[in-house]
Amino acid sequence: MSVLRFDQWLTVDARGLYCRPGGFYVDPNGAVSHAVVTHGHSDHARPGHAAALATRETLAIMDARLGEGAPRRNQALPYGEPLSVGDVTVTLYPAGHVLGSAQVLIEYKGARAVVSGDYKRGADPTCVPFELVPCDLFITEATFALPVFQHGDAAAEVAKLVTSVAQFPKRAHVVGAYGLGKTQRMIALLREAGYDRPIFIHGALQACCDLYESFGVALGPLMPATGAAKDALKGAIVLAPPSAIADRWSRRLPDPLTAFASGWMRVRARGRQQGIELPLVISDHADWRELTETIAETDAEEIWVTHGREDALLHHIATTGRRGRALALVGREDEDQ
Amino acid sequence: MKDFSALLDRLAYTPSRNDKLRLMADYFAGAPDPDRGYALAALTDGLFFRVPFRRIFAEMLEARVDPVLFKLSRDYVGDTAETISLLWPAQEEGQDPPRLADVVERVQKANPTEIPPLLTGWLDRLDATGRWALLKLLTGALRVGVSARLAKTALAQWSGKPLSEIEEVWHGLTPPYLPLFAWLTDQAPRPDTSGSAVFRPLMLSHAIEDRELAAITPGDFVAEWKWDGIRVQATHQKGEKRLFSRTGDDISGAFPDVVEALPDGVVLDGELLVLRDDDVAPFNDLQQRLNRKTVTAAMLKSHPAHIRLYDLLFEDGEDLRPLPFMERRARLEAWYAEHTPARTDISEIVGFDTVAELEALWTGARETGIEGLMLKRRMSPYLAGRPKGHWYKWKRAPLMIDAVLMYAQRGSGKRSSYYSDYTFGAWREGETGAPELVPVGKSYFGFTDEELKQLDSFVRSNTVDSFGPVRQVAPKLVFEVAFDSVHRSTRHKSGVAMRFPRIHRIRWDKPAAEADTLQTVQALIVD
Repeated sequence: MSVLRFDQWLTVDARGLYCRPGGFYVDPNGAVSHAVVTHGHSDHARPGHAAALATRETLAIMDARLGEGAPRRNQALPYGEPLSVGDVTVTLYPAGHVLGSAQVLIEYKGARAVVSGDYKRGADPTCVPFELVPCDLFITEATFALPVFQHGDAAAEVAKLVTSVAQFPKRAHVVGAYGLGKTQRMIALLREAGYDRPIFIHGALQACCDLYESFGVALGPLMPATGAAKDALKGAIVLAPPSAIADRWSRRLPDPLTAFASGWMRVRARGRQQGIELPLVISDHADWRELTETIAETDAEEIWVTHGREDALLHHIATTGRRGRALALVGREDEDQ
Repeated sequence: MKDFSALLDRLAYTPSRNDKLRLMADYFAGAPDPDRGYALAALTDGLFFRVPFRRIFAEMLEARVDPVLFKLSRDYVGDTAETISLLWPAQEEGQDPPRLADVVERVQKANPTEIPPLLTGWLDRLDATGRWALLKLLTGALRVGVSARLAKTALAQWSGKPLSEIEEVWHGLTPPYLPLFAWLTDQAPRPDTSGSAVFRPLMLSHAIEDRELAAITPGDFVAEWKWDGIRVQATHQKGEKRLFSRTGDDISGAFPDVVEALPDGVVLDGELLVLRDDDVAPFNDLQQRLNRKTVTAAMLKSHPAHIRLYDLLFEDGEDLRPLPFMERRARLEAWYAEHTPARTDISEIVGFDTVAELEALWTGARETGIEGLMLKRRMSPYLAGRPKGHWYKWKRAPLMIDAVLMYAQRGSGKRSSYYSDYTFGAWREGETGAPELVPVGKSYFGFTDEELKQLDSFVRSNTVDSFGPVRQVAPKLVFEVAFDSVHRSTRHKSGVAMRFPRIHRIRWDKPAAEADTLQTVQALIVD
């Protein structure tokens, strides 16, 4: 049992969570000299760092997406290998969120703190599954921290999409999906469901799909949606970034039926406001049950809650006799929006 | 429940009428009896459960869910039934969900103390969509955008039987409509509904076109005023009295005053109006009585209802519908002379010799309660639906103003990528004395697809602010707006409300400053 309090060596400032004895930030929201990056989503992997430590996959994603803003020095660290950084030891563990996503275990003077980044416990054919890391302090995400969020079986949601394609064979089924992670997971789930026709993708999704394939995630036949013949798109599944599904881009599609793959689709008003006809509850974040079970399983005595609906989670943490604290980190957004 | 909840779920998200029909037809084809009959009843508002569900929900939740978490969730979701369906703790897999028919029949038979354990058991066996459908079904608030008529249209599409025949047998039957489905699937003859107080589908008219107008002669046609109320069918068969709306909804409960007075043995067609001292009140007055299931004594006095009779369909068991209009008219007049029920009169025949004379009548018709003229062929039988060449409506010319586009909102379905719903305003003097725009109406039709593209790009390049799906645009574009009438309204900031406003022309050429003022709009109000 350490005598130090965690907030004496893990602090929050305008740039985010800072580990003083290690001399690095975890997922800082602006350029810093030393960053540990949990995964490649843009609100976690910001441009301009002098040096970054992450998994090989995350570093490749940052190079591909940030271009000039990619870290000037990269240090790849495989899952499960401890590394001394300053006075602390850093180990990365799979978070199950997207390709390369990691939880960061920081050990200092006998105390163990885990920064979860974003995570999920459900199966995902495109990334290494979440691994539970027992710790004293667990810093958790809280995107879907309300008991109404129960994500359920992603395969059943994909089956809804396949059924709809059969029921409305003249309509292009355009599925809004975030470019990194959700897109590739949707494609892999469709392939697992036996859907072997070409899947059409918006131009903005191509680079991440290529990257996944280069890391050995097979996605099957993909075709660019832009420039495809209108007839070929009838009854086809078309993936596009959420911003494009109900805007000028989608007008090229024959009588498009808009679907959206996101944990937010659990709540009807969210889908309706966006004019979604086919909501698919598929999320890369932990739902309420996963959050609360993970907190219990880490056996941490102290829980810090980052972005999301922290009120409900802090209330729950208090009822279980743990210490909870809301971390006001600026600059976090939700990739599903 | 599984197929039924999947149907409700898809319907709730599907904007297109044709796609809704497809979804319902597929369901009716695949679901067994009596489940599909109860589903049909739910979709047509034919199921009522006299159970205090709100109180039962509160008790059930107390035992299962932390109240703080429930409140936070309810605030986020915005709907109690949906919140319960989402956060109900998931049970182990592998339990069979209940059948829709079981749910309906057991709730109908159960006494109130038996309901909570039944409901809890069902919620445990259903998934989130199933729980949502169950709670919506029991609370009677489906809100999936399906009217009774649309559900019947789906039955017609699926079975190949005419919609008018389905509507005619409809009101004699009760859930789960086994004889109806037996007939629709050719297992039994059409249910016999003669002699009972059922809805007979109405005969409707077409808007007249210029070339048709030229062919109108007094030898072939008679004219009547088109009254500005709602078309109704009033029926009294063997002690059963009913008032039906144009689409067959039973509105007897809201209009006991007119229903009471009906003599036995008739089916009448007429216009429902609010009439004070023989003057037809504005449509708004009728609207206030339409939107409720029952009516207060005060309302009966302040908003007295009246039927202006157009036609007689049945008399003492005799079906008059095959007779020519003029013969039915003579029967109506004779019947009326004999019975003269209170709160009714006969719609007068408007005499004319030439089309020019008719046109003069039409132009002069500006008094309250008159919407235009009806032209009916003397020889026409009473035909269900909207047959061609028999009845014409000639609505009086619309009113017009020039208004300025203020806000645009995205449409739904095919139009979801377009800013296609427009709010427009008229000028008035603001508090500082400078002119300001105040919204006077909203419309999403009247323009072509090509014009929609131009309007969409105008909105995108002239946006000054946005609020969710709504964009505020720079006050630059003038619409010539056509509308049927305008009334005072306390619900709108401008104090006016238009009926049927539509975009008549887009005035790309007209400077916004030259658009009309609120005073101009107010001057068009007729009370």
